[in-house]
Amino acid sequence: MASVGIRSVKKQFGSVQIIHGVDIDIEDGEFVVLVGPSGCGKSTLLRMIAGLEQISGGEISIGGTTVNNLPPKERDIAMVFQNYALYPHMTVHDNMAFSMKLRNAARSEIDARVEQASDILGLKPYLDRYPRQLSGGQRQRVAMGRAIVRDPQVFLFDEPLSNLDAKLRVQMRTEIKALHQRLKTTSIYVTHDQVEAMTMADRIVVMHDGIVEQIGSPLELYDHPANLFVAGFIGSPAMNFIPGVLRRADGRAWVESDGDVRLPLPPLGGGRDGQKVTYGVRPEHLTLDDGGVAAVVSVVEPTGADTFVYADIGGVPICATFDERHEFSPGRPINLSPRLDAVHLFDTGTGAKINRAD
Amino acid sequence: MAVISEGLDRRGVGWRRLAAIVADSRDLLGWLFMLPAAALLLVFLLYPLGLGLWLGLTNATLGEPGEFIGFGNFVTLFSDDVYWLSVFNTILYTVVASAAKFMLGLWLAILLNQHMPFKAFIRAIVLLPWIVPTVLSAIAFWWLYDSQFSIISWALRHLGLIKTNIDFLGNPLNARISVIIANVWRGIPFVAISLLAGLQTIPSSLYEAAVLDGATAWQKFRFITLPMLTPIIAVVMTFSVLFTFTDFQLIYVLTRGGPINATHLMATLAFQRAIPGGQLGQGAALASSMIPFLVASVMFSYFGLQRRKWQQGGRD
Repeated sequence: MASVGIRSVKKQFGSVQIIHGVDIDIEDGEFVVLVGPSGCGKSTLLRMIAGLEQISGGEISIGGTTVNNLPPKERDIAMVFQNYALYPHMTVHDNMAFSMKLRNAARSEIDARVEQASDILGLKPYLDRYPRQLSGGQRQRVAMGRAIVRDPQVFLFDEPLSNLDAKLRVQMRTEIKALHQRLKTTSIYVTHDQVEAMTMADRIVVMHDGIVEQIGSPLELYDHPANLFVAGFIGSPAMNFIPGVLRRADGRAWVESDGDVRLPLPPLGGGRDGQKVTYGVRPEHLTLDDGGVAAVVSVVEPTGADTFVYADIGGVPICATFDERHEFSPGRPINLSPRLDAVHLFDTGTGAKINRAD
Repeated sequence: MAVISEGLDRRGVGWRRLAAIVADSRDLLGWLFMLPAAALLLVFLLYPLGLGLWLGLTNATLGEPGEFIGFGNFVTLFSDDVYWLSVFNTILYTVVASAAKFMLGLWLAILLNQHMPFKAFIRAIVLLPWIVPTVLSAIAFWWLYDSQFSIISWALRHLGLIKTNIDFLGNPLNARISVIIANVWRGIPFVAISLLAGLQTIPSSLYEAAVLDGATAWQKFRFITLPMLTPIIAVVMTFSVLFTFTDFQLIYVLTRGGPINATHLMATLAFQRAIPGGQLGQGAALASSMIPFLVASVMFSYFGLQRRKWQQGGRD
């Protein structure tokens, strides 16, 4: 186990720079998830940590040692690939034993380690099978088994669940998390799925266009997104954004939006009158309130636990979720009131958060 | 009139019913669709093969249909030193040339699989020896190997490496080496391009996983490339061996089997006995005697290099 340091790391392919200086400190034993939309550079960053891509600038260290110029095999890391990258011509046992065989480990030691790993992952009955004879979930487990056998300093996961069906994905998510709690090996996990990030991570790194937008625990990111991108990316259904103009008068603040809509705000610590802003509020922070903002229901989706209500506020589509049951019908006007302490205000131009007065 | 049209109708119904029966029966329909291909095979492959085998059992000569003489031709051949020399030559030629083609072809395929500028262009160039008609390339080699005008001898002489021209095709050992080199040159593209296609089906993530597992370049080749390539190698080398074993054109143009039969292959000897020599029966018998060797080499690759267990979906 080891800490991982990433300091102003840059990457360019030819003249295209895809990572513009990234700083992340990962503590020993931590489970960190790199999340972001496709093309944000998260997989490239992971591959640079693995040593599969050259580092164009900056420094990566594992356990305090700079690894920029170390070949992958000397970095003591194990990686689980998106397509598992199992050797199709080797049995499950041989797949897991391959790295130790290359290091000329004793046969008894190899068998013991493979046995142990297959025990943890429930792969015992499949040791003599070939990858082709396994289901997707079993292959995924073998890929993890191969990493566990190595007993590396750091586990790297490159979108390991994206090839599984939805149900299995949820199950494997829990298994990987349980595995980490058991082995406590530093893990870096790349995904584009923010739900995966939220459920698995100790800390989440949100990346976008080759930079880090925000680093924090799942709930920190959820409750206090640093900017418009993080606010929109984290959370499902996504945060509602209503564009408008900030108004401040008589020590009070509100947002004016299209269609003469007036959105209430808590006392603000920043922002100026007339500033173009985006008003953000999560679906579950909207409540029915006769004195609230007028909205028109367009679609109602009951899921059992919650009811998703899609509505229109001054022409802007929004979503509200309710865990209590109400009668809604499309076309009906309702009044919604945001929970003031959960309202987020962003500058529309820069995407930066406008602070509340605390 | 009414009666006739009724009859026609009934016949129409009968045809339609027959068509319906055929269309409903998967087996019948399958056989029907295979018929054209089967007819082609029968007329152009099986019939000549049968005819050849039959000729081998007769004493036919050019202009004489001949009579059935049983295994007489074979008895004659088996006591003929030239025949056994041609068998030896053919096996030597096939083994050495195929091994060289395999190793050089694999090496070339791996080189071509690397990232490099003008990749597609270079790959196309590699195919050239395969595209040029054999006879043309054989004639080019004939010039290269000419005892007086050989550019190889000329170049080596001007470099001061040799004093007199090399007798490429006049000396038995030189001739054997020369024809094998010509065959290898011609056969490499087929092996290289086929293996390159095989190499490209190996996912790069396997190599990445192997690198992380600590594999060296040699270990990646030994444990990933080679096993993953075996199925393609089996097919490619079966064909390569068959082509080499039955080679005729190169030898016929370069040496006509000489000097002193040192480069006579079974195919060239069969032709020489049958057409210029007029002994159709004996030539046919000689050609038939290649069949066991060919079947053996196909069996070898079928059983030795057949699809591995890991490629099959089911349980073993």
